[in-house]
Amino acid sequence: MSECVIPTLTSNEVVASKSVLPGDWQADFANLKALDLTLPVLELLRRTTSRLPQDVIDAIVKGRDAEEEGSRAFNTLNDMVRNINLADGQVTPLCQDTGSVIFWVRHPYGLSQRAARKQIREAVVQATKKVWLRPNCVESLSGKNSGTNMDPFHEHHPAIHFEEWDKPGLEIAVMLKGGGCENVGAQYRLPDAALGAGRDIKGVRKCIIDAVVKAQGQGCSPGILGVAIGGDRVTGYEKSKELILRKLGTANADPKMDAFEKDVTNDLNTLGIGPMGYGGNTTALGIHIEEMYRHPASFYVSISYMCWSSRRLALSIGSNGSVSFD
Amino acid sequence: MIRLTTPITEDQIRTLKVGDEVLLNGRVVLSRDIGHKFMKEQKPEWLKPILENMVIYHCGPVVRKNADGTWTFIAAGPTTSIREEPYQADVIETYKVRGVIGKGGMGKKTSEGLQKTGAVYLHATGGAGSLLAERVKRVVDVKMLEEFGSPEAFWIIEVEDFPLVVTMDSHGGSLHEIVLQQSQERAKALMG
Repeated sequence: MSECVIPTLTSNEVVASKSVLPGDWQADFANLKALDLTLPVLELLRRTTSRLPQDVIDAIVKGRDAEEEGSRAFNTLNDMVRNINLADGQVTPLCQDTGSVIFWVRHPYGLSQRAARKQIREAVVQATKKVWLRPNCVESLSGKNSGTNMDPFHEHHPAIHFEEWDKPGLEIAVMLKGGGCENVGAQYRLPDAALGAGRDIKGVRKCIIDAVVKAQGQGCSPGILGVAIGGDRVTGYEKSKELILRKLGTANADPKMDAFEKDVTNDLNTLGIGPMGYGGNTTALGIHIEEMYRHPASFYVSISYMCWSSRRLALSIGSNGSVSFD
Repeated sequence: MIRLTTPITEDQIRTLKVGDEVLLNGRVVLSRDIGHKFMKEQKPEWLKPILENMVIYHCGPVVRKNADGTWTFIAAGPTTSIREEPYQADVIETYKVRGVIGKGGMGKKTSEGLQKTGAVYLHATGGAGSLLAERVKRVVDVKMLEEFGSPEAFWIIEVEDFPLVVTMDSHGGSLHEIVLQQSQERAKALMG
């Protein structure tokens, strides 16, 4: 079981051939009222649930190759690559926990958010029927599963963040975030006497290390972390989650923060937690950190933990109406 | 590599040690959050013959219903086990369960339950949903599907060479405890 498994994702042509979106599908931005996003979003979900982004695969392979061949860490990362190949080839969910479904929609002036919400919800219902998504929406107290991934009354699931932008085109990013990794997210309020963490970058570092030690393998390590410094209890967590959308290996725009990210990642990989908490050198695939403004009295460090199966993808519709996925 | 087939005897389980790699065959029963609360609080008699000397799997699968009424597992990796910590030891003892499959490991109370009854905790690779679904050969039956919903129902399945690692044994050994302590020590050093 210890031979190196090579990632063998199907070609873009094969992916396109299985698309639920007709090849000649085009958006007409001159007539935004008639725009129907249901099929493009359904295709977005199909790809996201079964195919990991290349940067995540590269990071997993890099981690595997840095582990001792035949070790439990090596074998586990190897199994992850096997799983990536299988899910992509079969177009089946990478993980049975297809997560909470979270969208970020950036759209031009004139798009009806109510209409878009309805279409996106319909795409999620259809993806659930096609078994690309598991029904993951249960009533809190009774535990009753709605069966459709819909929160029928309050429309809190799927979560959809809308933002109007200046550009003529439209972008929809999605993240499928499993419950195990969501559960190990953490929010700290500095100063934290127990940690000995003050209101400075050293304090932030302590929070990150503490959260990863507490998470152990339970968030399906190696993880990808989004960390927001500042904000409030809501905006901090919101930002930390959005930071997971950034591609691994891309630099933070702030050079100091970029150096800090690399430094902390190296530290985390000396903790010995390893893939699935079995021990090893691959505990974190990357960290993305951003600073926000805050109230003078509050200093939050909000940490979102994403599992190794970081399922995220963005659909772009250019001003000419053509669709692309990245 | 050790091949095990359910039902498993207490003697077989007592020979297993932390770090052993196991290929599991035979019947396995899925249960997670609502199921564990239900088993501890209601202790239904009808589950006893289903669980005795068997293995529980913490998993909420993606399942397809076929045209002929049968079911197929599409993705079936483990869910985080620690949520069942308040229930697991009782469940193991009440139903004489010999193994629990999950991810992330469990705590002291479960470890004591494993030692007392003679059972092990078996770790599967989290997120390997497609890979593990391939090893599910047949869905035998499902209980409480209507009440609990498909991710939480008691699915009874047959597995073939299901790849697992013993990370908690029936002698008090726990790989999770070792990794936790080592990482806490390292974190202390890093934090200065």
